[in-house]
Amino acid sequence: MRIDGKGLVDRSRSVPFSFDGERMTGFAGDTLASALLANDIRLVGRSFKYHRPRGVYGAGSEEPNALMTIGSGAKADPNVRATTQELFEGLDAHSQNRWPSLRRDILSVNDLLSPFLGAGFYYKTFMWPRSFWEHVYEPFIRRAAGLGALSGEHNDDRYERAFAFCDLLVIGAGPAGLMAALTAARAGVDVILADEDSQMGGRLLAETHTIDGKPGPVWAEEVLSELRGMDNVRLMSRTTVTGAYDQGTFGALERTGHHLPRRDHAPIECFWRIVAKRSILCAGALERPIAFPNNDRPGIMTASAVRGFANRYGVVGGREVAVFGNNDDAHRTARDLIAAGVKVTAVIDSRADAEVTVDAPVFTGAQVIQTKGRLGLEGLTVQQGTRAHKVRADILAISGGWNPSVHLTCHMNGRPVWNDAIQSFLPRDGAIPDMTVAGAANGAFSNAACLAEGAEQGAKAAKALGRKPAKTTLPEAEDTPYRLQALWAVEGRGRKWLDFQNDVHVKDIRLAALENFRSVEHMKRYTTQGMATDQGKSSNVAALAVLADATGRGIPETGTTTFRPPYVPVAIAAMGAGAQGKGFAPQRFTTSHAASVARGAPMIEAGLWYRPSYFPEVGETNWRQSCDREVNMVRTSVGICDVTTLGKIDIQGPDAAQFLDFVYANTISTLAVGKVRYGLMLREDGYVMDDGTCARLGDTQYVITTTTAAAALVMRHLDFVAQALRPDLDVQIVSVTEQWAQFGVVGPKSRELLNSIVDSEITDENTPYMACRPVQVAGVAGRLFRISFSGEHAYEIAIPARYGESLYRQLLAQAETLGGGPYGMEALNVLRIEKGFITHAEIHGRTTAFDIGMARMVSPKKDCIGQTMARRDGLLAEDREQLVGLRPCGAVKQLTAGAHLFAEGTPATRKFDEGYVTSVCYSPTMDGYLALGFLKNGRARHGQKIRLVDHLRGIEALCTVCDPVFFDPEGGRLRG
Amino acid sequence: MRIPCPHCGERDRREFTYQGADEILDRPDREATVEAFADYLHLRTNPAGDTRDLWYHDPCGTWLLVERNTVTHAVKSAKLASETKA
Repeated sequence: MRIDGKGLVDRSRSVPFSFDGERMTGFAGDTLASALLANDIRLVGRSFKYHRPRGVYGAGSEEPNALMTIGSGAKADPNVRATTQELFEGLDAHSQNRWPSLRRDILSVNDLLSPFLGAGFYYKTFMWPRSFWEHVYEPFIRRAAGLGALSGEHNDDRYERAFAFCDLLVIGAGPAGLMAALTAARAGVDVILADEDSQMGGRLLAETHTIDGKPGPVWAEEVLSELRGMDNVRLMSRTTVTGAYDQGTFGALERTGHHLPRRDHAPIECFWRIVAKRSILCAGALERPIAFPNNDRPGIMTASAVRGFANRYGVVGGREVAVFGNNDDAHRTARDLIAAGVKVTAVIDSRADAEVTVDAPVFTGAQVIQTKGRLGLEGLTVQQGTRAHKVRADILAISGGWNPSVHLTCHMNGRPVWNDAIQSFLPRDGAIPDMTVAGAANGAFSNAACLAEGAEQGAKAAKALGRKPAKTTLPEAEDTPYRLQALWAVEGRGRKWLDFQNDVHVKDIRLAALENFRSVEHMKRYTTQGMATDQGKSSNVAALAVLADATGRGIPETGTTTFRPPYVPVAIAAMGAGAQGKGFAPQRFTTSHAASVARGAPMIEAGLWYRPSYFPEVGETNWRQSCDREVNMVRTSVGICDVTTLGKIDIQGPDAAQFLDFVYANTISTLAVGKVRYGLMLREDGYVMDDGTCARLGDTQYVITTTTAAAALVMRHLDFVAQALRPDLDVQIVSVTEQWAQFGVVGPKSRELLNSIVDSEITDENTPYMACRPVQVAGVAGRLFRISFSGEHAYEIAIPARYGESLYRQLLAQAETLGGGPYGMEALNVLRIEKGFITHAEIHGRTTAFDIGMARMVSPKKDCIGQTMARRDGLLAEDREQLVGLRPCGAVKQLTAGAHLFAEGTPATRKFDEGYVTSVCYSPTMDGYLALGFLKNGRARHGQKIRLVDHLRGIEALCTVCDPVFFDPEGGRLRG
Repeated sequence: MRIPCPHCGERDRREFTYQGADEILDRPDREATVEAFADYLHLRTNPAGDTRDLWYHDPCGTWLLVERNTVTHAVKSAKLASETKA
């Protein structure tokens, strides 16, 4: 219900929403949690394991219970904490982990079975038969135990990522954070102030304290308004700093769209990487519960949450409130509620000597030993000395003390330090380089202490950044001492819950200790304490205390589990924003792309490039028909193929020739201007890296090609050699792959075709085989290379990329008048296999120049990358697997790449393996299947028979070993 | 992780390609034995602490010699690989 006249919500703007299909209203400024409580909804979910009824427990991102699915269908967002979900018009929230309904949940039967379902139950019980685990037990357990579910549909919600840089990152905008940011900002420091709430101010918004005589929220707004007016300050609300990383880098999740109805194209989250020279952690503290029997009923909440809901939202979840704590801070909850006119039925303080000055029944030296109420709290039993008192309450506010939010200080391996006075952990000094901690996160719990520490650390940071902070007068604020006496768990009949999210109770921890899972990390994994979406934010310290007690150690000796990023759950979609679909694999298109697509060519990926696989013609029903036709076309007339995707690297400088001699295995320096040579590149370990052509365009200018796949690798390698190994050479290297469109013009009629489009005639004399020269096409300067990857009389013509599309269309038009046309990757592959030309199928990183029959190319007359290592005995052994051709003996249905080779009469097992097949094709030219492969001592075995066996596809064929050049071995067609 | 590229300033790790320890700069002579080359290629000191290694800044095509610490993850400096040899 609402309390008249309380809270910061805007009562003039009501906001309709729905919960489990029921329509309700809240106010602008509400969270889903406050709106549900205002509508007297206490039961909001079912627990993970036992399906226990649960209600809102906290008021912030630490919430373990009130997890909701927001929205439906593909955009449904599961496991959203109702305490951080801002209310908006039309918000559609659903409870989770219940069937058929929240009030009647069939699997709450688990709770009756709970004596059998303690920690380690699954490990002990579902041991056999072994195969049942995967197929029977696990699917059942996963269905029964659970959080919200994803729809399984594609979600096209937009996420973003962004980078920010600043001098000082202040994490948290409570009194300490505001003061730190203000002090540093006034000194001129470039500040980012990030806070996870929708409204900055932290606990000031949830308390009735005054600062400088003004209500906390008013003072906070004055500071924020000053900060907003400064150019050197960026305020990031709804932004949770999720992790601290090396070099002052922080991850931060900004919730940009969750507080609004979904809008198309507007991102719902943005994942920031914030780089800060310094940082101040002002993350505050989280109130911890006390474990007592049945302390998990809806209506039982932290005292700070009860107080916060009343003060900030004007909401109290029931009509009669009891307060149970072990410290003075808890009393404030009672005082605030009484002042607001809410009935407080009891204040229970576990300390016998506590001074409690509230106008309500007080029980000191007392404990809550039992609660009742099936779907919501109805009352409790208080034990004081030997007497038990029944107390009516539908809300019970619990305070076991405060735990500083040290999480971020632990993200770089820093362990927090136990402090006896506050019975909790404090951050370790210097745990994160250049980070300091101020306020409640540092164990300073009063407003006055928070403001003082914030100002001090803000000034310190400003000084470290070379600024001169002015002396600030601290605002006046309360400075109540924080007194408490440790109380972790109350004894009594019934389960005493610690981790509400994972249904871990005191007995589970004790059982873990009993079964020798005494290390805190073992206990965590055995019981699941501290896992899932809240990561034990409210429960970890109490669980450690129970473990310490059970193992007879102190809490510091027991230690803590490791806090790791992220501090709150972060959607993978946010961290990977921009890396889905085309963002993951950008598409590179050649200048002929549109023309190829227009002709119906299926495009296949080649790295990030897209290349046509074949060009179907009317009447062709499968790719083989098109491919065979294209091969025949090239061998009899002329074909056009876009070869732009091959890497093109321009190399210039007085020492270019010497450089190329060093990176290629063969000699390049002897190449004449206007000539092209095949080049083989080795890695330093002697294996083949890549191959391509090298054309000498001028005295000191070369252009080389690489394979499509290795273009970037080769570029990086050449830069490495030039910059790191041979900086003595005067050479410049630049990739020109994208600057030049390049087309293969291939076949007996290639010259005829080219002469119809170039400005001066090409002849065998001015452009012999392996020549290169400038050409003009319609007045545009291009380059012509007489090279061939098909064994045919062929050219490659290069033109500045902006003319590529036009040249391609012109080449096709001319080719078609000569009975030719375009061909795709399939035909290209057949043409090169027929000639025994290698690709990365053969030079796959495990083959040497020797293996591919090019050992003689590794020139002994000069040093080159890989030369020494290529000479290793093992790399020149005759029994190495060497490149061979394979032709089937008789008719076969198919040969397959990846098949292995075995001698006739030996079993097809690994022990007898003699090689493997790398490339196969059906050759229309040779009228049969051809294969390239590697066979032990293969060059000496031409003419022998070998068994090809593909275990994977169930194919076996007898083949004859032959030279890898199947077609025109003399090369007459090249030169024709 | 950010590396200060002498050309481009401090840039995110995602813009770089890692090569390995700076020992790769000391390539043996042509006359060196296969064993010397094998050491050069494969043997690394793998220090816990200060280390020097090579990174390629893809956008500007520059090889950098980076000094950093494998324990603290601090990146101390980056200079052009081409300027490491006198």
